[in-house]
Amino acid sequence: MKFQPSSARRLNTVCLAMMAAALLALFFVDFQVYPVDPWQELARIGWGLLTPGWADLPSLLNALLQTVAFALLAITVAAPLGLLLALVFDWRPVRLLCASVRSVHELFWGLIFMQLYGISPLTGLLAIMVPFTGVFAKVFAEIFHQQSQQPAQTIASSVGLVKRFSYTLIPQSWPALLSYTRYRFECALRSSAILGFIGLPTLGFHLETAFKQGQYSEAGALLWAFLLLIASIRFWLRRWLIVPYIVAAIWMLPDTVGFQGGGSLWQFVSRDIWPSVLLDGDWEGFRNWLVMMFDSQIWPGLWQTLLLTQVAVVLTGLLVLVAYPMATQVLAGSIMRWPGRFVLLVLRCTPEMVLAYVLLLLLGPSGLPVVFALALHNGGLIAFLVANASDVEYRNRVRRPDDPTGVAFYAYVETPRRFPAMLAFLFYRWEVILRESAIMGILGVATLGFYIDSAFEEIRYERAFLLIIVTAVLNMLVDGVSRRLRSKI
Amino acid sequence: MNESLFELNGFTFRYGSTPVLDDITLTISRGEKVALLGPSGAGKSTLLTVLYEQQSALSALQPQGGGLVDLLSVYHNIFMGGLDRVSTIAALWNLVRPLRTGVAEISQIVQTLGLDDKLWHSVDRLSGGQRQRVALGRALYRHQPVFLGDEPVSSIDPVQAQSLLAYVLQQHETAVISLHNRQLALEHFDRVLVLRDGRLCCDSPVKALSCDQLDELYTQTESPLDHNAPVTKNDGWVIRTS
Repeated sequence: MKFQPSSARRLNTVCLAMMAAALLALFFVDFQVYPVDPWQELARIGWGLLTPGWADLPSLLNALLQTVAFALLAITVAAPLGLLLALVFDWRPVRLLCASVRSVHELFWGLIFMQLYGISPLTGLLAIMVPFTGVFAKVFAEIFHQQSQQPAQTIASSVGLVKRFSYTLIPQSWPALLSYTRYRFECALRSSAILGFIGLPTLGFHLETAFKQGQYSEAGALLWAFLLLIASIRFWLRRWLIVPYIVAAIWMLPDTVGFQGGGSLWQFVSRDIWPSVLLDGDWEGFRNWLVMMFDSQIWPGLWQTLLLTQVAVVLTGLLVLVAYPMATQVLAGSIMRWPGRFVLLVLRCTPEMVLAYVLLLLLGPSGLPVVFALALHNGGLIAFLVANASDVEYRNRVRRPDDPTGVAFYAYVETPRRFPAMLAFLFYRWEVILRESAIMGILGVATLGFYIDSAFEEIRYERAFLLIIVTAVLNMLVDGVSRRLRSKI
Repeated sequence: MNESLFELNGFTFRYGSTPVLDDITLTISRGEKVALLGPSGAGKSTLLTVLYEQQSALSALQPQGGGLVDLLSVYHNIFMGGLDRVSTIAALWNLVRPLRTGVAEISQIVQTLGLDDKLWHSVDRLSGGQRQRVALGRALYRHQPVFLGDEPVSSIDPVQAQSLLAYVLQQHETAVISLHNRQLALEHFDRVLVLRDGRLCCDSPVKALSCDQLDELYTQTESPLDHNAPVTKNDGWVIRTS
């Protein structure tokens, strides 16, 4: 291998390439600003956030509890299932299965299951459970890989898989498994909330209604309640309370709304999702159908999704660079970092879908609000992690008296130290940002999700199915590229 | 009794480009008790792993560090050695409620190890010497004819180390054990191997060796560069007995 004199050069090359791609993307992306008057609306929303109204407390509470119920039950099933899959993750078919269920967004799963089970508890649970199981399997397997192989060497080599794991790798990594499950529960709360956008009676549903009706105080109350709920997880999620919570959650699940019978799973899988020309064996017709889909939906949707993702990723990175110092002890000071941490926490807790929804009201249905929402949420999340890493080091490091101060310290000491980890986080989120910008189509922006949502609305399942597969494959490709980039930095 | 268990013929093992084991030729037969000596980094651990892979179905390996699972109790850490003798259901149930037979058997082992009062402590709460005894307990509970130990008694106090080493050797038909302590090697084993920089520089029956001879052997095999080091003879891995 060729010796590289500078470790920074490779990082810089990657960053410059990413930024150049984002600049190019700016030329093609749909960033039209619609002539709405955002300031007046913004003022009303801001006022609503400052004066949260609690007119209907029981319904607010109900929405919150159902959001928690979906998340909790989904995790209760998905985490053990993911653990079992992680045991056999070396097996290629399992890896592929997990990668494919993971690459489809919760909301798309929600739309799929809704065709089968209507607006029912089952739809909501499956929508979170299926992709989360894939994520758990992958991350748990990664955690197992980081453990020492020694304990396994000291037991008989003939011992079976379940026995071996339950005495070695699982207890070895138990704290890591628990803490990741806890983090994932927070994600499940966000997913559960935004499932309301497709009609489930969780927080997103009430939020959308409140925004549509211009009841911003009510919307403010919902948002604050959700933030409080997430910020206080560690106070109310106690080990001995989990079983009572699960029982309560089952009891809390809503009734199925206005849905009779539904399609049969077999009918759906064997007929509905395939184009009729293919079922008839009309290959020429199938080819024409594919060409038509590609020209009118796949390509435009794919292109916009990729463009928005690229711009959003770079904007996220820039936002992290600006935002993280405001939350660190070393740059903002031990007291002044708290407002910064608060803002980052709010951004981290708010689902990007909700941010995008609000920004869309202000800026109109273009790529602009989507990019801002993605950058704000992900930037907040990464900046929070970067600031935490900085604070940990601040406590442990002996500082030099001749260290520069202020902006010079930021530019010469702290940022270079944080940069590799920051980039790793960013590439890790790349895949997430792509999945999210596809899903934002549901809000009316012309990404892949827009065409998928329309196909479901027109009951053209075969189109939705094809588009979802395209989205999933795109996601797996980006995941592959990001993994390769991460291994290089 | 002369059936050979382990055989290496000009075996070389590289980690990256540097050889960890260099051209090792070696035969160990059933019933032999072999002490493996040599300074840290000489390749003892690698050699033991290689031997373990040759006879993993017959051997109990005690790696350096012991391979303990911190969250589990002493009981469970030792029980792991016998996982192949219980069903999956029983093994899982044992994590929730210890099996009566397991407790009976393992209580005896911890008594031998001098850990009777620690049976239900999780092993992350134990001292280095106690942890090492738990690791030894797991190897004993494997009930195998061959014991492969990587400095299995190095952090145990000398008196107990001596008696436990004798016990382990008595419980196993064949043993290959790496040691720091030269005197233990001469007293308890019948064959001594010395590794240095990945090479086997001595392979001799114990009867033909004395402490002084071993001493001399090490000084000779040192490379000229090492003589520049401040204290050559006192490299910390031999206890001087003469």
